[in-house]
Amino acid sequence: MNSATDQLLVLVLLINILILGTRRTRVAIRAIAAQGVVLGILPLLIHAVNAHILLITLFVLLAKGVLIPWLLLGALKKVDFGEDLEPFLGYAGNIIAGALAMVLAFTFAARLPLAPIHQGLLTVPAALATILAGFIALASRRKAINQVIGYLLLENGIFIFGLLLTEAMPLMVEAGAILDLIVGIFVMGIIINQISREFSSIDTSRLTALREVE
Amino acid sequence: MWLITLLTVIPLAGALVAGGISSNTRRPWVLPVVTSIHLALVLAVIVVSPPPSRGEWIELDAIGKIFLLETGILFTACAFYAVNYLQYRHERNNRVLCMGIQVCLSAMSLAAVSHHLGLLWLAIETTTLCMAPLVYFNRNARSIEATWKYMLICSVGIALALLGIFFLAYSTVVAGLEPSLLLEQLQCYAPKLPVGWLNAAFVLMLVGYGAKMGLAPMHTWKPDAYGEAPGLVGALLAGGLATCGFLGLIRIYQICMSAGETHLYRTLLVGAGIFSIAMAAVFLVRQSDFKRMLAYSSVEHMGLFTVALGLGGKALYGAMLHLVANGLTKGVLFLAAGNIHRAFASKNREFARGTLKRAPWTGALFLIGFFAMTGSPPFLTFASEFSFFSAAFSRGYPVTGILLAVLLAVVFLGMALTVLPVVFGAPPRNRERTKYQDTPLLVLPPLVLLLVVAMVGIWLPEPLHRLMVEAASLLEVAP
Repeated sequence: MNSATDQLLVLVLLINILILGTRRTRVAIRAIAAQGVVLGILPLLIHAVNAHILLITLFVLLAKGVLIPWLLLGALKKVDFGEDLEPFLGYAGNIIAGALAMVLAFTFAARLPLAPIHQGLLTVPAALATILAGFIALASRRKAINQVIGYLLLENGIFIFGLLLTEAMPLMVEAGAILDLIVGIFVMGIIINQISREFSSIDTSRLTALREVE
Repeated sequence: MWLITLLTVIPLAGALVAGGISSNTRRPWVLPVVTSIHLALVLAVIVVSPPPSRGEWIELDAIGKIFLLETGILFTACAFYAVNYLQYRHERNNRVLCMGIQVCLSAMSLAAVSHHLGLLWLAIETTTLCMAPLVYFNRNARSIEATWKYMLICSVGIALALLGIFFLAYSTVVAGLEPSLLLEQLQCYAPKLPVGWLNAAFVLMLVGYGAKMGLAPMHTWKPDAYGEAPGLVGALLAGGLATCGFLGLIRIYQICMSAGETHLYRTLLVGAGIFSIAMAAVFLVRQSDFKRMLAYSSVEHMGLFTVALGLGGKALYGAMLHLVANGLTKGVLFLAAGNIHRAFASKNREFARGTLKRAPWTGALFLIGFFAMTGSPPFLTFASEFSFFSAAFSRGYPVTGILLAVLLAVVFLGMALTVLPVVFGAPPRNRERTKYQDTPLLVLPPLVLLLVVAMVGIWLPEPLHRLMVEAASLLEVAP
């Protein structure tokens, strides 16, 4: 671990805020792609470079940096919505919530009983802050595609936490997890297209036909 | 060992074959062939019982055997049903459905034999993904809404479960042990692991796998998905996927229970379970849509599983019985519900009434299935639910026992208010009659499932009994 790692993690945190605050879905997708690239570089800096780490870097760069953003941009092109609908809480509210989540993550992480070698690092607070940012996006965004971006933030946060224990996770499982993520995003992309076809909008707050009727 | 490999490979190969067949009418026949071979393999692997290999990723224990047996029987019954069902729906391309069911069966077999938490997670995630297109089989606005909710809630839940697995692995790092995600290894470590991380991991996995099981309050996708998916897919979701989530919960339970101090875990499990049963009971009363009713019944039974884990003791044996009983009975009810839906072109009790007159076999199955589901003797659910009560009172949870009794009575009455008109009511006059008729392939699969649940309830064969005892002993805390 070194200062380069911490600087990259600060970049991850800034991207979280950017995604929470942006009105334009295209910008949010580009931002999540950039975050994916940063996540791909991180294992190289943290661990001694070997075949396992190199393969993970390659998988992550390809999946989170290229393939998933490409799938999302494809879905966006077909439904052709440049701008998100006003989220619950508004954009300013989202940014404030994201900042509060960050403060919370840092205070909480300082109290966690971490292993001695991990104390004082940015990894755990950055992971928690990204997970919380993902939840904020999931809860506040109204369009399906922006909710998917929230889900990706959540996944990225979990990935950052996973950096602490890359040795424990076998390569096959990690590769499988990334593959599942790609398939998941692919399926979600298809659903988004269908939603826009059926409802001529991808506003999920209109998905209210199914509920208990009295 | 090669038998276990075949369990996952055969359905995958079947999926490829189904993908390669271009005829929409011939393709569904792959399903019964493949699932029958799979079921035969399951029986073989249970009889042969490969010797335990300590510290391996893949290992078949008694819990895995029971899980395999339940999914094997359920999938085979559903596969035979699917042939005739898909003939009715010949206008729909069934390639994705035929492939999805088999990939799901393969992933479930992998989940049953995984003793590596990462691999188990991967298998469970795969089952979630390959069922998504099946929920969307009807391709209308309502089913897309259901699919979206299913995808989003289950994906987020499964992601949280992964975070829980990471926390668990990290707790080994904090304790200064060699990091590992193997079940046996973690059970040995458990007493030495830092309690805070272990508790956090447990809560995250309870929430994560709970979302997949459909525990309240993460159950909201369930009535939508079960209501909009074909009855056949509903059976696989309720008897297969939900049980898969339960398997994930069982594995973390085995680890946490080895840690020594278990009071917190028991309280959380009992609380989460009772809350789910209560939520289900509230929505079951005055439920006019009988497929949504079955979904809430599934929420209730997932709650029962969770309570059983929390109670421990005799309830663990009951939980293993219930795993088989719930899966197979859900199969009966969903397949019968699918028939009723097609007979009346409605799943509302206002329009779908008098099934006994319109389709006598299906009506009888739905009625008897309802009694089997609500724990009436002689069915297997009676034995399992009875063990939950006796465990609640004998292990110092009298309030839980009383709550269970009240809630299950409400559930019974609530379901009866929907089931009875659907079965006995007067068929609606001024509605166009559908072409549906009871056929052997639509009636025999649920009938066989029902007979199994009844027979095993009356007389549990000795080998099966020993298997259940062995599985329960794996769950029991080592004193």
